Amino acid sequence: MPSPDAIRSRLLAAFPNAVVDVSDLTGTQDHFQATVIASAFDGKSRLEQHKLVYAALGELMDGAIHALALTTRAPGAGAR
Amino acid sequence: MSDQTRARIEELVKNHKVMLFMKGTKQIPACGFSNAVVQILKKEAVQFETFNILADPEVRQALKEYSSWPTYPQLYVGGKFVGGCDIVTEMHQSGELSKELAAAGVK
Repeated sequence: MPSPDAIRSRLLAAFPNAVVDVSDLTGTQDHFQATVIASAFDGKSRLEQHKLVYAALGELMDGAIHALALTTRAPGAGAR
Repeated sequence: MSDQTRARIEELVKNHKVMLFMKGTKQIPACGFSNAVVQILKKEAVQFETFNILADPEVRQALKEYSSWPTYPQLYVGGKFVGGCDIVTEMHQSGELSKELAAAGVK
Protein backbone atom coordinates (compact mmCIF):
# COMPACT_ATOMS: atom_id res chain seq x y z
CA MET A 1 0.00 0.00 0.00
CA PRO A 2 1.42 3.42 -0.91
CA SER A 3 1.89 6.16 1.66
CA PRO A 4 0.63 9.69 0.95
CA ASP A 5 4.31 10.71 0.63
CA ALA A 6 4.92 8.04 -2.03
CA ILE A 7 1.95 9.32 -4.03
CA ARG A 8 3.10 12.89 -3.57
CA SER A 9 6.61 12.05 -4.86
CA ARG A 10 5.16 10.25 -7.83
CA LEU A 11 3.02 13.27 -8.73
CA LEU A 12 5.90 15.71 -8.22
CA ALA A 13 8.08 13.61 -10.52
CA ALA A 14 5.40 13.85 -13.23
CA PHE A 15 4.53 17.50 -12.58
CA PRO A 16 7.69 19.37 -11.54
CA ASN A 17 6.98 22.62 -9.68
CA ALA A 18 3.39 21.58 -9.03
CA VAL A 19 1.66 22.19 -5.74
CA VAL A 20 0.66 18.75 -4.53
CA ASP A 21 -1.27 17.85 -1.43
CA VAL A 22 -2.13 14.25 -0.60
CA SER A 23 -3.95 12.93 2.43
CA ASP A 24 -4.97 9.47 3.57
CA LEU A 25 -8.73 9.66 4.16
CA THR A 26 -9.13 6.49 6.18
CA GLY A 27 -5.70 5.79 7.68
CA THR A 28 -5.60 2.54 5.70
CA GLN A 29 -3.35 3.76 2.86
CA ASP A 30 -5.84 2.93 0.13
CA HIS A 31 -8.36 5.81 0.17
CA PHE A 32 -6.76 9.13 -0.65
CA GLN A 33 -7.54 12.70 -1.44
CA ALA A 34 -5.22 14.69 -3.69
CA THR A 35 -5.05 18.25 -4.88
CA VAL A 36 -2.69 19.02 -7.76
CA ILE A 37 -2.06 22.50 -9.11
CA ALA A 38 0.24 22.20 -12.11
CA SER A 39 1.16 24.30 -15.13
CA ALA A 40 0.81 21.14 -17.25
CA PHE A 41 -2.96 21.55 -16.73
CA ASP A 42 -3.06 24.95 -18.42
CA GLY A 43 -5.71 25.02 -21.15
CA LYS A 44 -6.84 21.47 -20.43
CA SER A 45 -10.31 20.31 -19.44
CA ARG A 46 -10.87 18.74 -16.02
CA LEU A 47 -11.28 15.40 -17.73
CA GLU A 48 -7.86 15.74 -19.38
CA GLN A 49 -6.32 16.98 -16.11
CA HIS A 50 -7.58 13.98 -14.18
CA LYS A 51 -6.38 11.65 -16.93
CA LEU A 52 -2.87 13.14 -16.63
CA VAL A 53 -2.90 12.46 -12.88
CA TYR A 54 -4.08 8.88 -13.38
CA ALA A 55 -1.38 8.35 -16.01
CA ALA A 56 1.26 9.64 -13.57
CA LEU A 57 0.07 7.19 -10.91
CA GLY A 58 0.10 4.34 -13.43
CA GLU A 59 -0.10 0.89 -11.90
CA LEU A 60 -0.94 2.29 -8.45
CA MET A 61 -4.45 2.87 -9.81
CA ASP A 62 -4.77 -0.84 -10.65
CA GLY A 63 -5.34 -1.97 -7.12
CA ALA A 64 -3.14 -0.30 -4.51
CA ILE A 65 -5.26 2.85 -4.58
CA HIS A 66 -8.91 1.96 -4.09
CA ALA A 67 -10.21 5.49 -4.15
CA LEU A 68 -8.76 8.85 -4.99
CA ALA A 69 -10.77 12.03 -4.56
CA LEU A 70 -9.12 14.43 -6.96
CA THR A 71 -9.04 18.20 -7.32
CA THR A 72 -6.93 19.64 -10.14
CA ARG A 73 -6.36 23.06 -11.65
CA ALA A 74 -3.79 25.14 -13.43
CA PRO A 75 -1.94 27.79 -11.42
CA GLY A 76 -3.84 31.07 -11.65
CA ALA A 77 -7.14 29.37 -12.50
CA GLY A 78 -9.68 30.15 -9.81
CA ALA A 79 -10.65 27.40 -7.41
CA ARG A 80 -13.97 26.04 -8.58
CA MET B 1 -10.75 -6.13 -24.95
CA SER B 2 -12.76 -8.41 -27.21
CA ASP B 3 -14.87 -7.00 -30.07
CA GLN B 4 -17.87 -8.50 -28.36
CA THR B 5 -17.24 -6.64 -25.10
CA ARG B 6 -16.58 -3.40 -26.97
CA ALA B 7 -19.88 -3.85 -28.83
CA ARG B 8 -21.70 -4.42 -25.52
CA ILE B 9 -20.27 -1.23 -24.04
CA GLU B 10 -21.08 0.77 -27.18
CA GLU B 11 -24.63 -0.50 -27.13
CA LEU B 12 -25.06 0.49 -23.48
CA VAL B 13 -23.75 4.04 -23.92
CA LYS B 14 -25.68 4.60 -27.15
CA ASN B 15 -29.00 3.14 -26.03
CA HIS B 16 -29.14 5.06 -22.76
CA LYS B 17 -28.72 8.81 -22.86
CA VAL B 18 -27.63 8.83 -19.21
CA MET B 19 -25.63 5.71 -18.41
CA LEU B 20 -23.87 5.27 -15.09
CA PHE B 21 -21.37 2.46 -14.63
CA MET B 22 -21.10 1.99 -10.89
CA LYS B 23 -20.30 -0.32 -7.99
CA GLY B 24 -23.62 -1.79 -6.90
CA THR B 25 -27.06 -0.77 -8.06
CA LYS B 26 -29.15 2.38 -8.07
CA GLN B 27 -31.13 0.89 -5.16
CA ILE B 28 -28.12 -0.45 -3.25
CA PRO B 29 -24.90 1.37 -4.17
CA ALA B 30 -21.82 -0.51 -2.95
CA CYS B 31 -19.51 2.50 -2.73
CA GLY B 32 -19.81 6.05 -1.46
CA PHE B 33 -18.51 7.57 -4.69
CA SER B 34 -21.03 5.63 -6.80
CA ASN B 35 -23.78 6.61 -4.39
CA ALA B 36 -22.80 10.28 -4.66
CA VAL B 37 -23.33 10.24 -8.44
CA VAL B 38 -26.67 8.41 -8.08
CA GLN B 39 -27.83 11.12 -5.66
CA ILE B 40 -26.71 13.89 -8.04
CA LEU B 41 -28.59 12.34 -10.96
CA LYS B 42 -31.69 12.08 -8.76
CA LYS B 43 -31.32 15.78 -7.89
CA GLU B 44 -30.97 16.60 -11.58
CA ALA B 45 -34.32 14.80 -11.94
CA VAL B 46 -33.38 12.85 -15.06
CA GLN B 47 -34.01 9.25 -15.99
CA PHE B 48 -30.84 7.22 -15.89
CA GLU B 49 -29.71 3.68 -16.34
CA THR B 50 -27.08 1.98 -14.16
CA PHE B 51 -24.77 -0.95 -14.76
CA ASN B 52 -23.25 -2.85 -11.84
CA ILE B 53 -19.61 -3.43 -12.80
CA LEU B 54 -19.08 -5.62 -9.71
CA ALA B 55 -21.36 -8.22 -11.33
CA ASP B 56 -19.47 -8.20 -14.64
CA PRO B 57 -15.66 -8.51 -14.40
CA GLU B 58 -15.30 -8.35 -18.19
CA VAL B 59 -17.02 -4.98 -18.58
CA ARG B 60 -15.33 -3.78 -15.39
CA GLN B 61 -11.90 -4.30 -16.98
CA ALA B 62 -12.77 -3.33 -20.56
CA LEU B 63 -14.52 -0.06 -19.74
CA LYS B 64 -11.39 1.27 -18.03
CA GLU B 65 -9.66 0.92 -21.37
CA TYR B 66 -12.64 2.14 -23.40
CA SER B 67 -12.89 5.36 -21.36
CA SER B 68 -9.15 5.70 -20.61
CA TRP B 69 -10.24 6.05 -16.99
CA PRO B 70 -9.05 3.74 -14.18
CA THR B 71 -11.78 4.16 -11.57
CA TYR B 72 -15.54 3.84 -10.96
CA PRO B 73 -18.12 5.33 -11.13
CA GLN B 74 -18.07 6.47 -14.76
CA LEU B 75 -20.85 8.59 -16.21
CA TYR B 76 -21.78 8.71 -19.89
CA VAL B 77 -24.21 11.30 -21.24
CA GLY B 78 -25.35 11.20 -24.85
CA GLY B 79 -22.77 8.52 -25.61
CA LYS B 80 -19.93 10.72 -24.32
CA PHE B 81 -17.78 10.06 -21.25
CA VAL B 82 -18.33 12.87 -18.75
CA GLY B 83 -16.13 11.82 -15.82
CA GLY B 84 -15.98 10.25 -12.41
CA CYS B 85 -17.39 11.32 -9.06
CA ASP B 86 -15.23 14.43 -8.55
CA ILE B 87 -15.87 15.86 -12.02
CA VAL B 88 -19.59 15.08 -11.93
CA THR B 89 -19.85 16.71 -8.48
CA GLU B 90 -18.07 19.87 -9.67
CA MET B 91 -20.20 20.02 -12.83
CA HIS B 92 -23.38 19.56 -10.81
CA GLN B 93 -22.41 22.43 -8.52
CA SER B 94 -21.46 24.75 -11.37
CA GLY B 95 -24.55 23.98 -13.46
CA GLU B 96 -22.49 22.48 -16.31
CA LEU B 97 -23.99 19.03 -15.76
CA SER B 98 -27.48 20.42 -16.17
CA LYS B 99 -26.43 21.97 -19.51
CA GLU B 100 -24.80 18.74 -20.60
CA LEU B 101 -28.00 16.83 -19.81
CA ALA B 102 -30.11 19.40 -21.64
CA ALA B 103 -27.81 19.18 -24.66
CA ALA B 104 -28.34 15.42 -24.70
CA GLY B 105 -32.10 16.04 -24.68
CA VAL B 106 -32.89 14.46 -21.32
CA LYS B 107 -34.05 17.57 -19.46
